[in-house]
Amino acid sequence: MSIANSRFRAGVVTFPGSNCDRDMAVALEAISGEPAIRIWHGDADLPEGLDFIALPGGFSYGDYLRSGAIAARSPILRAVVTAAECGVPVLGVCNGFQVLTESGLLPGALMRNAGQTFVCRTVDLAVGNTASIFTRNFAKDQTLRIPVAHHDGNYFADDATLDALEAEDRVAFRYCEDVNGSRRNIAGVLSANGRILGMMPHPERAMEPAAHRSLGGQDGLALFENVIDSMIAA
Amino acid sequence: MKVRILVRLKPGVLDPQGRAVHHSLDGLGFDGIEDVRVGRMIEMDVAEGTSNATLTKMCEQLLANMVIEDYSIERLDGVREPA
Repeated sequence: MSIANSRFRAGVVTFPGSNCDRDMAVALEAISGEPAIRIWHGDADLPEGLDFIALPGGFSYGDYLRSGAIAARSPILRAVVTAAECGVPVLGVCNGFQVLTESGLLPGALMRNAGQTFVCRTVDLAVGNTASIFTRNFAKDQTLRIPVAHHDGNYFADDATLDALEAEDRVAFRYCEDVNGSRRNIAGVLSANGRILGMMPHPERAMEPAAHRSLGGQDGLALFENVIDSMIAA
Repeated sequence: MKVRILVRLKPGVLDPQGRAVHHSLDGLGFDGIEDVRVGRMIEMDVAEGTSNATLTKMCEQLLANMVIEDYSIERLDGVREPA
């Protein structure tokens, strides 16, 4: 690991009901060599000097009211919003994406899957944006294989918002098929400054070598490596 | 004071849950159903005199997701606006 990597301070927020927080922490440690800092939802402040914040998958607060709704109003989220406004990169995966939309950090909402069923399989994604810290080494329209596991992944935003997202190159990923009814097959969106990414598929579940393809492949690893690359380049 | 908040998906937003309920009602043999939409009702017991402005804030900050949902507020104290 390079010296730059060893300085990578990543934090993973755990809410009551999060269940992908450990996988996320393992993934972040795998790419940086540094243990991820674990953060509890009730904390009012983030640890000093974080380089990266991850909001993991799961069912925060039992998905009561709406998926991600209660987590988005928890004390730690106010600190995450402040950090994000200062440019700290934030990755929200699955329930983390729902929290990001509920908090207003990303536009749109994630509704019940159009097919009503929980979808749990590995899907093909097409890369949209190739300029963000998360997608910088991907090629436009490159296909990634990343697992999804969700009931509320049906991305909704009105036409004006969708048009703006596309015009501003903020669609990070699209499903290559209709997975959950998402408008325009959107699987992941970026903030205006490209430093906040919300996505339903789980990159932290696609970290293993090709020999372990059944474990999800390595396309998720590539996403995390993009982040590390951007830190070294910065 | 009792307050009843009704949260509904905005017109035009696809309602998968409503569609599933519609399908199930059809299956039970109920004919002539044009459409089904599922919403959420939230009943609260709040301090007397809580203003509509405060109730509106509750709806817009938490109870409804304004991207996809509309809400209506029904005051069950019979008072349209607090004195």
